[in-house]
Amino acid sequence: MTILILADHDGAAVTQPTRSTIAAGAKLGEVHLLLIGEGAAAAAESASQLPSVAKVLVAEDASLAKRLAEPTAALLVTMAGSYSHLLAPASAAGKNVMPRVAALLDVQPLSDIAGVVDADTFVRPIYAGNALATVKSADPKKVITVRAASFDPVPATGGSAPVEKIVAAADPGLSSFVGAEVQKSERPELTAARIVISGGRAMGSSENFAIIEKVADKLGAAVGASRAAVDAGYAPNDFQVGQTGKIVAPELYIAVGISGAIQHLAGMKDSKVIVAINKDEEAPIFQVADYGLVGDLFKLIPELEAELDKK
Amino acid sequence: MKLLVPVKRVVDYNVKVRVKSDGTGVETANVKMSMNPFDEIAVEEAVRLKEKGVATEIIAVSAGPTACQEQIRTALAMGADRGILVEHDGTLEPIAVAKILKALVEKEQPQLVILGKQAIDDDMNATGQMLAALLGWAQGTFASKVELADGSATVTREVDGGLETVKLTLPAIVTADLRLNEPRYASLPNIMKARKKPIETVKPADLGVDPTPRLTVLKVEEPAKRSAGVKVGSVAELVDKLRNEAKVI
Repeated sequence: MTILILADHDGAAVTQPTRSTIAAGAKLGEVHLLLIGEGAAAAAESASQLPSVAKVLVAEDASLAKRLAEPTAALLVTMAGSYSHLLAPASAAGKNVMPRVAALLDVQPLSDIAGVVDADTFVRPIYAGNALATVKSADPKKVITVRAASFDPVPATGGSAPVEKIVAAADPGLSSFVGAEVQKSERPELTAARIVISGGRAMGSSENFAIIEKVADKLGAAVGASRAAVDAGYAPNDFQVGQTGKIVAPELYIAVGISGAIQHLAGMKDSKVIVAINKDEEAPIFQVADYGLVGDLFKLIPELEAELDKK
Repeated sequence: MKLLVPVKRVVDYNVKVRVKSDGTGVETANVKMSMNPFDEIAVEEAVRLKEKGVATEIIAVSAGPTACQEQIRTALAMGADRGILVEHDGTLEPIAVAKILKALVEKEQPQLVILGKQAIDDDMNATGQMLAALLGWAQGTFASKVELADGSATVTREVDGGLETVKLTLPAIVTADLRLNEPRYASLPNIMKARKKPIETVKPADLGVDPTPRLTVLKVEEPAKRSAGVKVGSVAELVDKLRNEAKVI
């Protein structure tokens, strides 16, 4: 069986969730990796060193530059004949395009899989991760997005795959890219970070998020937020951790002023160690926390920052 | 401009679901059911477009058992004009729903279909994209802002790194993210009025759709439970535990 994986990349390398997707794909068969859009050729250079990848395919056509769903799906459909499984990370890009591919192939997609049982059978979380369903697909081809937090990523180097250029499919020309507001940050990406510190509604303002950011910088951590904090405008949308935001599973997750709604827990409960800091000792977050600290975050977080300086 | 808004009946988002002891699914008997929260946002967006004079008619559609009428009534109370119930008692996967909606779109000829980005029961996040594919239409998923003008929709999307804006040629599909709007509560007079609004009932077969599922659920189980750990008394103790016990910093 040959597996096609649509990669996410930043123009230099593929993302860590893509490397997790490769780990999932390698359980199924030989992996071919497809990189499209601006910077794909440059990222393909480093992608060719990924272990478990037999071939790197690159399409840099102008119609694919911004990875719009319609031309991307059209390309995947033209390639689908050679593959038993089409995979992508369950990122915003993967979730946007893969169901479109599935419908064009008359396949029911398997979204956000957290386990591979065999070539037809997969485990996926439902109800915000409150249940795990093992499902068997009767479709001749599988179209899948992969929950990165559930698969250890393959290393960045160790392989040597040939890179092959391919041409785009005819552009359906249904949509165009207008612009993007991308937050530039020196901090690690949320879904790839070893440590995540998140703030909730109790942060009170976007200015107050700065105290969390200081701790994040001491720890080399990414900053996340609960839905309540994002809805209140304290943090940007791409910080959201939860059922409908990002799913993270870092070594250490520090929840600050987050009560712990099931929708938030869905996004972080697979973290290795969870710390909760909250003034309400009855907050549900303490039921999943390995270490709980009850108190006023505006006092405790600066204390934490100072304590981290002590060796 | 006509708008079509599909709505799904799901277990209410406040309910803590329980996995059935026989492992066949989750308990849905005697559990509060509601409109999928993302679909409420989709209905609200449609109603606002009508209030702005951009849309002329809103059709709310739900596919599933007879009880889905309740969710259609909710949409009608929020401001939709009429409903269509596609009655079916078994499981309906996104691919079947997308085919049902395609048939209804071809009949009703809306210029825009607004759906929730994801249903909070199966968490598939697929139906909107699939409907767009089947119709050969553009898609604007995970929308936090939608503007309609001159035969196109400009959609701001919530993506991993921040926000992205795309322009879609109409007709098109938009899927609603959390921050597109805050849905209204239907007022009592509007709930009363909604009772008189028409709901048409059809079957998947009437629309030429075979709803047979492609996926077989072999088992449903509870995820491994996390147990509560310890409360620490001070920041110093916390940092000590993280350094020397958990060894994560």
